[in-house]
Amino acid sequence: MSINLEDLPKTKFRGKNITLAHGAGGKAMRDLIDKIFVAGFDSPELTLLEDQARFDLSDLNKLGNRLAMTTDCYVVDPLFFPGGDIGKLAVTGTVNDLAVGGATPLYLTCGMIIEEGFSIDDLQRIVASMKATADSCGVRIVTGDTKVVPRGAADKLFINTAGIGVIPENSNILANRAQAGDVVIINGYVGDHGAAIVDARGELALEISTVTDCQPLNGLISEMLKVCPDIHCMRDATRGGLATVLNEFASSSEVAIQLDNTKIPVREEVRGVCEILGLDPLYLANEGKLIAIVAKDDSEALLKVMQQHPAGENSCIIGYIEAPSQGAKGSLKGKVILETGFGGNRMIDMLIGEQLPRIC
Amino acid sequence: MKFVDEFRDTVKAKTLTKEIQKIAQRLDANKITQARPLQIMEFCGGHTHTIFRYGIEQMLPDNIEMVHGPGCPVCVLPMGRVDDCVALAERPEVIFTTFGDAMRVPGSKKSLLQAKADGADIRMTYSPMDALNLARKNSDREVIFFGLGFETTMPSTALTVLHAEREGITNFSLFCNHITTVPTIKAVLDSPDMQLDGFLAPGHVAMVIGERPFDFITKDYHKPLVITGFEPLDILHSMWMLLQQIEAKESIVENQYSRIVPPEGNAPALEALTQVFEVREFFEWRGLGSIDHSGVRMKKEYAAYDAEEKFPVPNLKIADPKSCQCGEVIKGVIKPWDCKIFGTKCNPENPMGALMVSSEGACAAYYNNGYEKKSA
Repeated sequence: MSINLEDLPKTKFRGKNITLAHGAGGKAMRDLIDKIFVAGFDSPELTLLEDQARFDLSDLNKLGNRLAMTTDCYVVDPLFFPGGDIGKLAVTGTVNDLAVGGATPLYLTCGMIIEEGFSIDDLQRIVASMKATADSCGVRIVTGDTKVVPRGAADKLFINTAGIGVIPENSNILANRAQAGDVVIINGYVGDHGAAIVDARGELALEISTVTDCQPLNGLISEMLKVCPDIHCMRDATRGGLATVLNEFASSSEVAIQLDNTKIPVREEVRGVCEILGLDPLYLANEGKLIAIVAKDDSEALLKVMQQHPAGENSCIIGYIEAPSQGAKGSLKGKVILETGFGGNRMIDMLIGEQLPRIC
Repeated sequence: MKFVDEFRDTVKAKTLTKEIQKIAQRLDANKITQARPLQIMEFCGGHTHTIFRYGIEQMLPDNIEMVHGPGCPVCVLPMGRVDDCVALAERPEVIFTTFGDAMRVPGSKKSLLQAKADGADIRMTYSPMDALNLARKNSDREVIFFGLGFETTMPSTALTVLHAEREGITNFSLFCNHITTVPTIKAVLDSPDMQLDGFLAPGHVAMVIGERPFDFITKDYHKPLVITGFEPLDILHSMWMLLQQIEAKESIVENQYSRIVPPEGNAPALEALTQVFEVREFFEWRGLGSIDHSGVRMKKEYAAYDAEEKFPVPNLKIADPKSCQCGEVIKGVIKPWDCKIFGTKCNPENPMGALMVSSEGACAAYYNNGYEKKSA
């Protein structure tokens, strides 16, 4: 989904760039907010132009008994990449952080730090992408803030979004609830986003065609909770990839997680990028992948529902939880072990530092 | 994936593992391996990586032990050279370019990653040609490429220097830390506490230098050797070939990686090497100390492209931390977990010793897979 400028309302800003005046609090800023943000996000709370958005508690109470709140910053480079852009990412990322806790996401904020000289046409496209994504997730962007910093003080555009959602009474998803006998489920291919970003940076002139998996997960999760209200653990695997999330579950729950490498879905083209660069797909970033740990008895019905949802067509079981036994060199408590598919095992640790390519 | 999956076939792996078990049993019955396990060294860090990635050690019989050799160029880079890199990178006119995995190697004060955070203009590149491109685009800056690695990476660096010369690019230079395989293997073989019984030789080095430079290992030291590829089946296949030699009490150079390695090596690559580089009298290694003729520098004719000639370089020798036992691990005298500071003072987040630095280093691999000896 790429937004064309021609499809958006023409404003007086067409072809112009952001200046420091657009962040100075005066008329230029007012204009930018009205024409680009308020018009673009088009939500009743924002149109009131108060300093805060206001919600009726009784409406929230109908959805559950707990509020969930989260925030995330988005600094992706490049801003536009195959299958998405920073705006789409800023909405799905925060929506997904709410949804994987079992919450129904409702409202988002949007803070933007813009570098002087940034194209207002690109800004309008990004706002439109945020709006379209928010609509598709059923959330509204209800308040925001804009700052402009001098050239060089930020890289083009940074976005922060915070989100609020409501958690239904019967859901209790926690990282420490994995127990022996549970299974590990993923909703599709790993590493697409990481590979797409490497590709989009264009430093490597790769002839591949990976697109980001950037997608909202709240629709899928709401279907999952209908058939399996008692999901034990669930997180979305973003930076640090599948490996990081599973390590968090293993150590919080004090269990061992056994994975089967032959079951973990990785696209051919992503494997190719990893082979060339010496990267490990298990550590590559995703932006639309959740890892759920559920009781084995629940897994069959759950998988069936997931596979019927567009965001979960390739869902599958990739491993299971073991009681921590003794290995030859100490306890397996808190460890993630991968059966390599070649006859041996290897440990999957947390990522240390950045994932750096090997030289030879 | 074509040309990859064929070399990761589980069924073939099982067959090879069975054959390896059979020979190992015969070696045991014939009292060849009863006193101690056979020690087989894989020299190259790429092999170490494959061995751990596929859990190959666990598939081998108990009387065969892998010794993870010094062939990880990032691991054996001494602190003094890292300090030199930092000094070069911190010059305001310099854009310092390097392969990614050299970023985390600790110097005496800081790593390149820390120097970058402190403001040095350090960029990760995937090839020396990327560095040359940066030089073209930034004619007002000095671009230095950190040349690192064995004969595998040497030709591309040499060709880049020749390219720069042809194009008359004057703001590009090379900080040459290339090292050579053969003198290093010789140093390992000459070490008095060495007990190795055979070698899996580095396939990609052999692709450049050919088979013949390895002859002395089989002829003078009577150690069997197999030039080995980098996929898991390559490793198992080579191990099987090596055990056959040991059983037959032979020591010859065999080439398992013939799909890539021509017996005579790669003539144009060798020509580029000899045009640009000459052997240093000695080169300092982390964990192994100084080894004669184990490094190369740029020839006088290319001084204009030699960062060591162009800029002042501190060139101080910094001793390895005293507590490190990397040298003994590299020679197979002790296992990583026998080292006093393994996993405690020395871990992948804060590596003290060479072998904990890169994912190709034996200690980092053991740390990440540490709980398993031969349990499978």
